Amino acid sequence: MLTYIIRRLLQTIPVIIGVSLIVFSLMHLIPGDPAQIMAGESAPKEQVENIRERLGLNDSYPVQYWNYIRDAAKGDLGSSIRSGRDVTEEIGGRFWVTVELAIYSTALSVFLGLIAGIVSATKKYSWQDVTLMVLALFGLSMPNFWLGLMLIKWFAIGFDLPSWIPFIENTSWFKPSGWGSFQQVVLPVITLGTGGAAIIARMTRSSMLEVIDQDYIRTARAKGAKERVVIYRHALKNALIPVVTVVGLQFGALLGGAVLTETVFAINGLGKLIIDAIQARDFPVVQGSVLVVSLLFVLVNMIVDITYRYLNKRIDLN
Amino acid sequence: MVTKSDSTENILEINDLRTSFFTEDLEVKAVDGVSFTIPKGKTVGLVGESGSGKSITSLSILQLVDAPGKIVGGEINFKGENLLDKSEAEMRKIRGKEISMVFQEPMTSLNPTYTVGQQIGESFMIHDKVSKKEAYKRSLEMLKLVGIPSPEKRIDQYPHELSGGMRQRVMIAIALAGNPELLIADEPTTALDVTIQAQILELIKDLQERLNMSVLLITHDLGVVAETCDYVAVMYSGKIVEYADVRSIFNNPQHPYTVGLIHSLPPHDRDIEGDLPVIKGAVPSPSEMPEGCRFAPRCPFASEICNTLPQLKTDERGNQVRCWIYTDEWDGDPEVNVREKERTS
Repeated sequence: MLTYIIRRLLQTIPVIIGVSLIVFSLMHLIPGDPAQIMAGESAPKEQVENIRERLGLNDSYPVQYWNYIRDAAKGDLGSSIRSGRDVTEEIGGRFWVTVELAIYSTALSVFLGLIAGIVSATKKYSWQDVTLMVLALFGLSMPNFWLGLMLIKWFAIGFDLPSWIPFIENTSWFKPSGWGSFQQVVLPVITLGTGGAAIIARMTRSSMLEVIDQDYIRTARAKGAKERVVIYRHALKNALIPVVTVVGLQFGALLGGAVLTETVFAINGLGKLIIDAIQARDFPVVQGSVLVVSLLFVLVNMIVDITYRYLNKRIDLN
Repeated sequence: MVTKSDSTENILEINDLRTSFFTEDLEVKAVDGVSFTIPKGKTVGLVGESGSGKSITSLSILQLVDAPGKIVGGEINFKGENLLDKSEAEMRKIRGKEISMVFQEPMTSLNPTYTVGQQIGESFMIHDKVSKKEAYKRSLEMLKLVGIPSPEKRIDQYPHELSGGMRQRVMIAIALAGNPELLIADEPTTALDVTIQAQILELIKDLQERLNMSVLLITHDLGVVAETCDYVAVMYSGKIVEYADVRSIFNNPQHPYTVGLIHSLPPHDRDIEGDLPVIKGAVPSPSEMPEGCRFAPRCPFASEICNTLPQLKTDERGNQVRCWIYTDEWDGDPEVNVREKERTS
């Protein structure tokens, strides 16, 4: 297992190099000159040229890339063109916000998705199944930003309730922006978790239905096992394999792709950092953030593969 | 619990068992009034072609028929108590403890995500409420009992690390963990190599004698029946057509279907001249089930009266046959000899 992990970690090196090369090329392909943006629209030519020289933007692309990789290997991702702060510092503050958001949202979608999927599968074609699958369809089809806005409208701004409802006056229970307190965390996590919950629910349902028809489920019943044991101990463990894939992909996507939700809830996460940096042509920040996100993605994939091995002993990691 | 001292007691008596599968507009009678008995300590073979309903009969005994299948009538008396009156919780105490089952496909009947030891041990933990450690110890004993080489190593392995024959031994170990009085083996050797088949049958036979179990052996292989069974029930299209002791079945088969089955066995003492005799046609599909004798459309002796359903007729030795030929109402050739004609046709 340890050698496997080490090997997988070594494999990330070419992945990271590839990713950095692509991001580097793309950033230099898109129009816009960071020196010009820094100096301002009406700055004199010499000033812009000075900045270019200072940032090393006049070097050839291979030299620029080599310098970047060399520094990155030492843990130095350069400094932000916009703010002048170290990129590692820029990312550091936002990194955990995004990771927390991704973990909570994934936890919520796994929790809801598994329950819904199992109930649907064990009560196939019942009203519970139909209801849950219709809800899942809604969850899948609902755009995140819209759900976020609606949640803010209903539960952050809230509306006044009629006076005959005791104890509660209005529904402004949560905060519409920021990150950290429970009141700030709830709405973005629901926003991001819903879509995932829907996918996981559908995946779990179909996977469970397939597993429940297997011969070994009949064997478990023939042993005299309780239905609960048959479902959770024998069926679920086998049915989880495709679900784990989806969870891993979803978690990875949340790391870099929560931009809309972060914008709606004004959360200073990685997604927002990347978007802002792209708009400012802040090359070092974009490159650094993408690098960190891809590194995380590779790690998540490794965890997924190790989980596979735990769930299905036929998978040989070596 | 009923205990009788009578040595000829039947451990299982099935009366008029009916199990149907319900589709939107059709009731498929997979098991249509099956009755037979399993004497204590004996092995009964349930024989028939694919689709004759023998597997569904066996699953019905443990009430493991999956939807849309449903037991719609009859009695399954196990040690004098009708299992069909039992609640699901009561049935769970019987499954794996008093009646166990071995399935046809050892490759898919074991859970791929648990070790062999965990899967055998589960039976002990369910029925005897023992600790994990004790279950492990007993599982090791079971592996020794079913003759798995180096059981200390095998117990921690996963099913995919075992061969088909070995997996079937594990299945038998799981089935025997509850020390059952009745073992139902549903085509236990069909999926195995011929050499392994003999070993598994030998094992079942040996364990049956040592543990004094009764066995219901479901098979389509008459060779297996001859080797292992004391009694044979021949099933055709959801009904028992003949029930007799194994000697009578082979030496003096009554029903034209049984005769056909025996004649289509390749002889082992001489070469076959021409084609091996076959029973022409196929088991009728549920939608075009004959009104009368189910076998009539394929029967070389079928006569007018065969358009009505014959009843099971019991002779003085307790052997049963469901055929008009052996009744006074028979309207065909009065000199008919079922065995002779089949051989020459």
